[in-house]
Amino acid sequence: MTQLKSKGISLENLKSNFEEVHQGLNNQEAMEEANRCLYCYDAPCIKACPTSIDIPKFIKKIASGNLKGSATTIMSSNPVGATCARVCPTEELCEGACVLNHSTQPILIGDLQRFATDWAIKNEQLLFKPGEKNGMKVAVVGGGPAGLSAARELARFGYEVTIFEAEAEAGGLDTYGIVSFRLPQDISRWEVDQVRQMDVEIRTNTRVGTDVTFQELSDQYDSIVLTIGMGNVPMLGIEGEDLNGVHDAIEFVKSTKSGPVTEELLGKNVVVIGAGNTAIDAATCAARKGAADVKIVYRRTVKEMTAYDFEYDFAKQDNVEFNWLTQPIEIIGDETNQVTHLKCVKMALGEPDADGRRRPAPVEGSEFVMEADAVIKAIGQTRYSDLIENFGLDHEDGVVKVNPESLQTSNPKVFAAGDVIFAKGQGEAMVVTAAQQGKEVAMAIHKQLAPAPTAAM
Amino acid sequence: MADLSLNLAGIKSPNPFWLASAPPTNSGYQVQRAFEAGWGGAVWKTLGEPILNVTSRFAAVGFNGQKVAGFNNIELITDRPLEVNLREIYETKKRFPNHAIIASLMVEPTQEKWHEIVKRVEEVGVDGLELNFGCPHGMAERGMGAASGQVPELVEKQTMWAKEVAETPVIVKLTPNITDITFTAQAAVNGGADAVSMINTINSLAGVDIDTWDTIPNVAGKGAHGGYCGPAVKPIALNMVAECARHPKINVPISGMGGVSSWREAVEFMLMGATGVQVCTAAMHHGFSIVEDMKDGLNNYLDEKGIDSVMDLVGKSVEKYSDWGNLDLNHQIVAKINNDVCINCNKCHIACEDTSHQCIDMLKDENGNDILRVREEDCVGCNLCSIVCPVDGAIDMMDYANGKPPMTWNERQAAIGAASSCEVDLIK
Repeated sequence: MTQLKSKGISLENLKSNFEEVHQGLNNQEAMEEANRCLYCYDAPCIKACPTSIDIPKFIKKIASGNLKGSATTIMSSNPVGATCARVCPTEELCEGACVLNHSTQPILIGDLQRFATDWAIKNEQLLFKPGEKNGMKVAVVGGGPAGLSAARELARFGYEVTIFEAEAEAGGLDTYGIVSFRLPQDISRWEVDQVRQMDVEIRTNTRVGTDVTFQELSDQYDSIVLTIGMGNVPMLGIEGEDLNGVHDAIEFVKSTKSGPVTEELLGKNVVVIGAGNTAIDAATCAARKGAADVKIVYRRTVKEMTAYDFEYDFAKQDNVEFNWLTQPIEIIGDETNQVTHLKCVKMALGEPDADGRRRPAPVEGSEFVMEADAVIKAIGQTRYSDLIENFGLDHEDGVVKVNPESLQTSNPKVFAAGDVIFAKGQGEAMVVTAAQQGKEVAMAIHKQLAPAPTAAM
Repeated sequence: MADLSLNLAGIKSPNPFWLASAPPTNSGYQVQRAFEAGWGGAVWKTLGEPILNVTSRFAAVGFNGQKVAGFNNIELITDRPLEVNLREIYETKKRFPNHAIIASLMVEPTQEKWHEIVKRVEEVGVDGLELNFGCPHGMAERGMGAASGQVPELVEKQTMWAKEVAETPVIVKLTPNITDITFTAQAAVNGGADAVSMINTINSLAGVDIDTWDTIPNVAGKGAHGGYCGPAVKPIALNMVAECARHPKINVPISGMGGVSSWREAVEFMLMGATGVQVCTAAMHHGFSIVEDMKDGLNNYLDEKGIDSVMDLVGKSVEKYSDWGNLDLNHQIVAKINNDVCINCNKCHIACEDTSHQCIDMLKDENGNDILRVREEDCVGCNLCSIVCPVDGAIDMMDYANGKPPMTWNERQAAIGAASSCEVDLIK
């Protein structure tokens, strides 16, 4: 992904801080870059893309001026290709695999993908049509990238698809979880709209398990796709977590994506706990809401941090301070139950853990206190274990067990994709992976339900 | 510091870079700017009866984002009165006595008209004349330019008329819009030309606007063919220069042009027999200052090669240019891929597999890394893989010692012919 450059934070116009940071390529830049592509045969970038977008093909189409064809090539392989153009860690995927790394500079594949999909968005293109109805119905539980991807593919195959979405809008993390200055909501909305226009019904504000039962879905649909993702940030298990001013990073970022940008953090001290990509998002959002001082505290070091390098760089440009080997042990509040301080202890790294990362241990007598008007927790996400239990599916700590080939769960009628099957040690929880799994689920369902002659369509 | 000065049929210039007769040499102001920038000579934009021009006039062809790979124009000869041009030629020559000013001329094909213009132009002190028998558009419809340049008898006759009164060297500028340029070049020689120059522009239509369906360029929605030049025409021009240079009956100097954009093409043209080059499109694309590197690069090239004078380059590659029938059928080269340098774009593989001789395999080495390998026994040495390879040094075309003695097609046919005539003798 292209280096994000912070434009500097405005304290007068907070809203402007949430406008997209990266401008994208203009027509001429896109043409020059597209013409630089070698059009490799059996190109490594395609293999590096989890959704196997035919990258040389879409780039060639930009160069030839066939932008509709280019956007179609992208979106055909990846139903959330416009989002991925912005949020994929491209230097670890397609751009990292570009052969030009070995001679000059890799092609800006993410930027070109964005250029083509932006064109489709701006020109209100409808890129796909639903397939001829085959009379079968599939319920998709959760309208995030995995669910949208599965729904779009199933609709192409001719299924009548209904997405059950708990939130007011579909799109999942693309709509609510990825910071606006990297991914404006309109991009995700367009992708949702592309799926909706395939005659996919999207029932928003409908929480499965509450508004509709699993049994009802099972009775009414031929197959069910479970793409519910993950939940909120877990409890830290320390004192003071219920004080005013303690936030869940997922909720905090979500609040910056919907509604006006509020001023409650203007000039305040904010501490973010954790050093994954969500922690960085929370920290940069806090900085962009005008916080005077934003600190990240992390019990390990920069080496163990799970945030991408470009996220880390971006946070530093936003003046986020990183405090390594620092473990919070208590959140301290005043008599009005408002957070005032965070008490921490310094840590030292010991032997490697089961996941290969060195285990941190507290350094005795190193406790100290930092000022904090707000504390944002970003130490991972909980699982919807209760719902999964309710569905009667086998799982491990809330991670649904699936057949790795078919993504079928312990219930043959239920398939799962996305973060709900994402377990520790399985690489990155990326939008692009969710999109690919959604495609795979659709294909697996089609294989299971469709009469053989059309199964290969 | 090598000697860059040029002598073309007695026309001397401080370096071999002349501006061709074209928009850059339309006026004294421009030619003087060019000489200040360092150009060695200028062929003044063609003089004749003033004409009327249209707008628009130019169009260019780009390729993969590269601007002006080729250039097309429908502008005619000078649209200024002859007296004005002559006065400015006089003033320019006075300011730059050591630079070459050649007057390009085009008049109706009569003896009287040619005599008149040659005399008037020579009066103001030009160093030479260039007869424009090449301009393919507009003027040709009136029987001038390429229209007369396509008829060898007219070329010869008009050259003769000019030569009857000319006191300065006469260069005949030839059109490429003809099947074999050596016919018209010979006609010019027969007419007494002191030199020939080539190529003029090639008949062309730069494009069609796929939205409006208008031609490019167009004049109020209507188009007419223009003349094509620029980098894209170099191979065509170079071949025509070479064909004339190796022709035994064309024994006059050649002023080469067509796609000369830097000192490199100048060296190529001169090696192929050109005595100096003329340039237009590159100057129109970048301005007169490009001549600085042309001279500097040429000088460094000559110094590096240990050549004292640029004139020593002229024609050095001509003997290497021949007919296909004289090429050695037994010579063999094969492609060799250097996997250390290769970046694995696989362009060589797919080019060979789809469009050539299917001899480059995509393999894994002992460590499981992707490698490409040429099956030398199947390689025909066509060069395609090395042409499409985007990395310098990744593919070398290597000599392949097959132990066979040289044998050309002509030698082979002669041997067969001798054998068969022997047979006939035997039957007798």
